[in-house]
Amino acid sequence: MTMIFGVPLAVLSGQLLIGIINGAFYALLSLGLAVIFGLLKIINFAHGAMYMLGALVTVVLFDLLGVNYWVALFVAPVLVGAFGMLIEYFLLRRIAGQDHIYSLLLTFGVALIIQGVLTNIYGVSGLRYSMPDMFKGGINLGFMFLPYYRAWVIVVALLVCFGTWFIIEKTKLGSYLRAGTEDSQLMQGFGINVPLLVSLTYGFGVMLAAFAGVLAAPIYSVTPVMGSNILIVVFAVVVIGGMGSIGGAIITGILMGVIEGLTKTFYPPASSAVIFLVMVLVLMIRPTGLFGKEA
Amino acid sequence: MTMMKKLLTSAVASALMASGAQAAISDNTVKIGYLADMSGTYRDLAGPNGLTALEMAIKDFGGTVNGAKIEVVSADDRNSPDTSSSTVRRWVENDKVDLVAGMVASSVSIAVSKILEENDRLGIISGSAASSITNEHCTPNHIHYVYDTYPLANGTASAVVKEGGKTWYLLTADYAFGHALEADVTRVVEANGGEIVGTVRHPFPTQDFSSFILQAQASGADVVGLASAGADTTNAITTASEFGVTQAGQTLAALLLFLTDVHALGAETAQGIQLTTGWYWDMNDETREWSDRFMKETGVRPTMVHAGIYSSTMQYLNAVAATGSDDAQTVRKQMMDTPINDMFAKNGKIRVDGRMVHDMYLAEVKTPAESKNEWDLYKILRTIPADEAYRPLSESKCKLVN
Repeated sequence: MTMIFGVPLAVLSGQLLIGIINGAFYALLSLGLAVIFGLLKIINFAHGAMYMLGALVTVVLFDLLGVNYWVALFVAPVLVGAFGMLIEYFLLRRIAGQDHIYSLLLTFGVALIIQGVLTNIYGVSGLRYSMPDMFKGGINLGFMFLPYYRAWVIVVALLVCFGTWFIIEKTKLGSYLRAGTEDSQLMQGFGINVPLLVSLTYGFGVMLAAFAGVLAAPIYSVTPVMGSNILIVVFAVVVIGGMGSIGGAIITGILMGVIEGLTKTFYPPASSAVIFLVMVLVLMIRPTGLFGKEA
Repeated sequence: MTMMKKLLTSAVASALMASGAQAAISDNTVKIGYLADMSGTYRDLAGPNGLTALEMAIKDFGGTVNGAKIEVVSADDRNSPDTSSSTVRRWVENDKVDLVAGMVASSVSIAVSKILEENDRLGIISGSAASSITNEHCTPNHIHYVYDTYPLANGTASAVVKEGGKTWYLLTADYAFGHALEADVTRVVEANGGEIVGTVRHPFPTQDFSSFILQAQASGADVVGLASAGADTTNAITTASEFGVTQAGQTLAALLLFLTDVHALGAETAQGIQLTTGWYWDMNDETREWSDRFMKETGVRPTMVHAGIYSSTMQYLNAVAATGSDDAQTVRKQMMDTPINDMFAKNGKIRVDGRMVHDMYLAEVKTPAESKNEWDLYKILRTIPADEAYRPLSESKCKLVN
């Protein structure tokens, strides 16, 4: 068998694929953060909580109303996105234009409150959510067993990422968004409702997080604290990609998934630190991030 | 030096008691500090419901001890030895806390026990697993009450090896507890003629286990052993089932599972998993009676840790009442001299190294057909007698054992 650094090639290919799958999650989450920061200059520390809400709402909708996975895939992000817009309208709007640290502290506080309240209700052991029947099982790729669900995650996450990038960078709506945040007074002069645009953008970023949450529900233990662990990693991904760079967040997300996956193979104890190591190196060499524009 | 002092103090204290002189309860208050993970990954197995169990014990005891009032303070350990150390330092130095109870993450318990030893206060650890707590990390100031990694390995690992699982691949949580469990499992597997063919130490906590499960599959080992706890274990079990580990012929052995974990997984996913436990709510009338009361207060069935917190608090208060003192050494000696016979343990005994030894149980998770309600989850396969379950004193590295 072909060996690379003492690891069989077959195992390595499997790990690369797993890395891409996890990277797809990172991409989806960091994309939402990048949209919110890039367009609104809000450092959204509630992003992990929104991811968690997406998963939790999926489980609760199923338990209470029997709502199935496919419906939840649309309904949960919309509900959570609407909740995000309420937060924007009632809280974030009041500190618009202030230093970034205010939005960071405010969203962090909101996240802690949401997490604390839900922990009291649901505990932390995890809620049960079964995999939709059509995704049960998987295929043997020769070098690994690929569960159908993971294959679905890659496909749908990449589609959503690409779609978001396309809307923001290539369409008229996207150009309004970018212009509205660049010079809101001028845009309002043109008759564009900028405050609404801001609410919708925040809501959309939150929806992306919630969507990732729904995707996570069948494969990870759904708990009110699931978002807090992943949040810091995702922030590191955004920093590496370049704060606010939409395409950068997607590519970096996948890249970091792969790097983390390889670390899990070659030296597992470092796997929780490797992304931060990359972040330090990138900040030293390119302070604006891999894909960031010069400040 | 401090050792000598402690011995002298307790000698004097016992002499005083023997002569019938009144030993005193300091400040006429017995103050108990409850320290546990109140919000993180180990919240459900101890957490706020453990505090309820402790308060139930105080209430059942009568609310006061020899006329002295009983006070409770509590704090979240955040699974951090640093946070816990500063909390406990404040408790013992400023707040006159006599007993620290609860304690879950093994790293927390080890750090806290050092502070208790420096200040000569008592700690009763109910949540932690590492057997090193009463081995190389033993102190004359703490008691380890409910279970530890030694019987976990003895119960589950030896049962699995005897059923033919000779080669093992271990997924170990990379901190004190995981290391202790890994060492104990390795010993048991090898003693029974098995072999550890590979080990991965994963960060604590880990959400995505797919990479590690893949490595375990590639190893071709008979058994994939999970030397982890809480969400790490449930996540690993879920991922293993997704990647078809058991369908491909490998056995999954979870070395530490709490009732709350099994409840979260559900009988459907967890059926057939063997585990070792120190107590189960549905064992006899006594356990059921207490569990019903607990459930009325909390809405859930108790884990072995909840039951242990209740039982150990009761034992502590009995010892304070009997000696009329809240001095750590006096109370600890009294607790060592008193066999434990309650709903938690029969003929339990606290040894000189601080280990409370009692019968343990090998259990199997029921199938959905066998399970009559959401908490009806275990059937007990075998009782592991106390002296067979725990590390014998003859193998101990504890400084208190000669």
